[in-house]
Amino acid sequence: MTEVLKAPLVVEFPFTRSLGPVQSAFLTGLRERVVLGVRTGDGRVLVPPVEYDPVTSEEIGELVEVAPTGTVTTWAWNHEPRRGQPLDTPFAWVLVRLDGADTALLHALDAPGGPDSVRTGTRVRVRWAEDRSGAITDIACFEPYESPNPHELRDPYSGGAAALVGSDGRFEDPVTGIVAPARLDYTYSPGRAQSAYIRSLADRRVVGERCPSCRKVYVPPRGACPTCGVATSEQVEVGPRGTVTTYCIVNIKATHTANLDIEVPYVYAHIALDGADLALHGRIGGIPYDQVRMGLRVEPVWSEAGGHPDHYRPTGEPDADYETYKELL
Amino acid sequence: MSDTKSNALSNASGNALSSATGKEPVAVVGIGQTKHVAARRDVSIAGLVREAAQRALADAELTWADIDAVVIGKAPDFFEGVMMPELYLADALGAVGKPMLRVHTAGSVGGSTALVATNLVAGRVHGTVLTLAYEKQSESNAMWGLSLPIPFQQPLLAGAGGFFAPHVRAYMRRTGAPDTVGSLVAYKDRRNALKNPYAHLHEHGITLEKVQASPMLWDPIRYSETCPSSDGACAMVLTDRAGAARSPRPPAWLHGGAMRSEPTLFAGKDFVSPRAGKDCAADVYRQAGIADPRRDIDAVEMYVPFSWYEPMWLENLGFADEGEGWKLTESGVTELDGDLPVNMSGGVLSTNPIGASGMIRFAEAALQVRGQAGEHQVDGARRVLGHAYGGGSQFFSMWLVGAAPPTS
Repeated sequence: MTEVLKAPLVVEFPFTRSLGPVQSAFLTGLRERVVLGVRTGDGRVLVPPVEYDPVTSEEIGELVEVAPTGTVTTWAWNHEPRRGQPLDTPFAWVLVRLDGADTALLHALDAPGGPDSVRTGTRVRVRWAEDRSGAITDIACFEPYESPNPHELRDPYSGGAAALVGSDGRFEDPVTGIVAPARLDYTYSPGRAQSAYIRSLADRRVVGERCPSCRKVYVPPRGACPTCGVATSEQVEVGPRGTVTTYCIVNIKATHTANLDIEVPYVYAHIALDGADLALHGRIGGIPYDQVRMGLRVEPVWSEAGGHPDHYRPTGEPDADYETYKELL
Repeated sequence: MSDTKSNALSNASGNALSSATGKEPVAVVGIGQTKHVAARRDVSIAGLVREAAQRALADAELTWADIDAVVIGKAPDFFEGVMMPELYLADALGAVGKPMLRVHTAGSVGGSTALVATNLVAGRVHGTVLTLAYEKQSESNAMWGLSLPIPFQQPLLAGAGGFFAPHVRAYMRRTGAPDTVGSLVAYKDRRNALKNPYAHLHEHGITLEKVQASPMLWDPIRYSETCPSSDGACAMVLTDRAGAARSPRPPAWLHGGAMRSEPTLFAGKDFVSPRAGKDCAADVYRQAGIADPRRDIDAVEMYVPFSWYEPMWLENLGFADEGEGWKLTESGVTELDGDLPVNMSGGVLSTNPIGASGMIRFAEAALQVRGQAGEHQVDGARRVLGHAYGGGSQFFSMWLVGAAPPTS
């Protein structure tokens, strides 16, 4: 029994976000060291702000400055920060209700005193990032804050007021869009059937699997027949020769990095290997692109690196008759 | 009331799939779209969907309070990188305190989302439902989202058009269609788009010669025969008989709706005319009492991402015999003033916010039978088919709407 293959798969993309008026003001405010909330129909101040009233669904946009100081409403200790998190030493994830706000903002609390030093009610303040661009990371994190005024705990608004700059949410050169990079780390496994298929390619053999019910041969095998819904296990060697059943001529470079070294134009074809009951896809070489045709007989040209064939080339046999492959397009 | 209900239950138990018997009649009373463009940098995703939803409510002369549930759809999350966007969009769509759910069936999602919403009304779960679909393609790159570098697999070699172009060639081989048919479709759809203020592409100087002179990207598909990448949203308000009676404008009535799926790849799959598409259409026609679609249906708004899919779907949907679809296109039958107008709105070829594209088709069908399609109105359109498909011909969804209420 062949061992199942595994490999890392990283899915990574710099998504762009257009912000709309409210998020634009919020993030531009952070760049200018100002925290803005939005006032709802019932007079509450939401931080971070939203565009639509969660109670009435009305559009809202009255921006309200709140203080860079606040109170932890709840928290969780993060023992082992991961890549991309706000701090690289253990910290607390906190919900902070900033002075002047009615809702809490999620962020990180740098608490050198460890988990025992954090509690609901801990007073904190914003630690601004050195370089700010209009992003939530312009708040580097929160830090514990010894209130100079003991009354402040009972009256957070007065403590906050001293730190306000009087912003109305309008700024020069507002941020209207951000880049939000996303990254997901997977361990990918193609499963039993495809692992066996990939291993056979290393020996320059193409091995599919036959459905015990409909007797169709699947290449590459998936381990189950998609029509009958039953497991496949009987291995069947197919090809290596096959027939071009249909194709297109690609005249533009694919942006996919794996294709960057393929010169256009090239032919991308569906190829029914002899003995297979559906076509697989591959590139046709060894013939001018404009001479490729449906029915052309081809064989794989194996890559030095192993694995999938680099491309397929004509065998020189007479073309296959349309009737023999018309169900395999 | 209780009589009606027990009646409905007994009918439904006997005949789950089919006829309108026993189901609540469903009416489209509000339709809203954004002006589709390449990039709406002035709004967030929430702002985009809100705009379409507000327009649908305004069309129906209803408020958020009149909506009982919200059903939204969009294409894969990777297309914008917002995981479970329905959570974030609840505020913008007035869904707080109401049921909200999301449908996901790749490119057909706009159609299946509308059908899920329809079934909530037909089954008398809710009286009035807001349904909406969107895509903000400018926030990402759909081609990237469809070609993740899966280990051990050969990367997709040819890009989006490369997936479709071999199927087009197969159609041409099977039918003997002349290679100009695709350009006729593109020329027609782009001219129709000029009459639709919401369409993305407005190519004022378009000529057939320009289409035919555009670069061959994935031979046999030319640049002008491909769809654009759009930001946009489409919304509809669906309601029951009582809601329709209060509608300020003529409603569109549902006469039939169905979804079908099949695997993306299997031995014997017919990419040119997939079985699931045929079965889905047959189900819709059975529900609607359509004996001959070519005669009984006045116009079709179908999902044509590459021009050649018009003749292919004409056959798949039963408007032409196998091998004959291209003749309808070539003879002008599918023109806006033809005998069977196809893609009056300008189609996917002129507007493609992927997740919304299916719903735009359904909405156009409804606009037509309501007589609200403006400059691209087909005179006397009484029964119109809306069609969507997606996922490499894996999912199909269709509805047939009429100007008159269903009789059974």
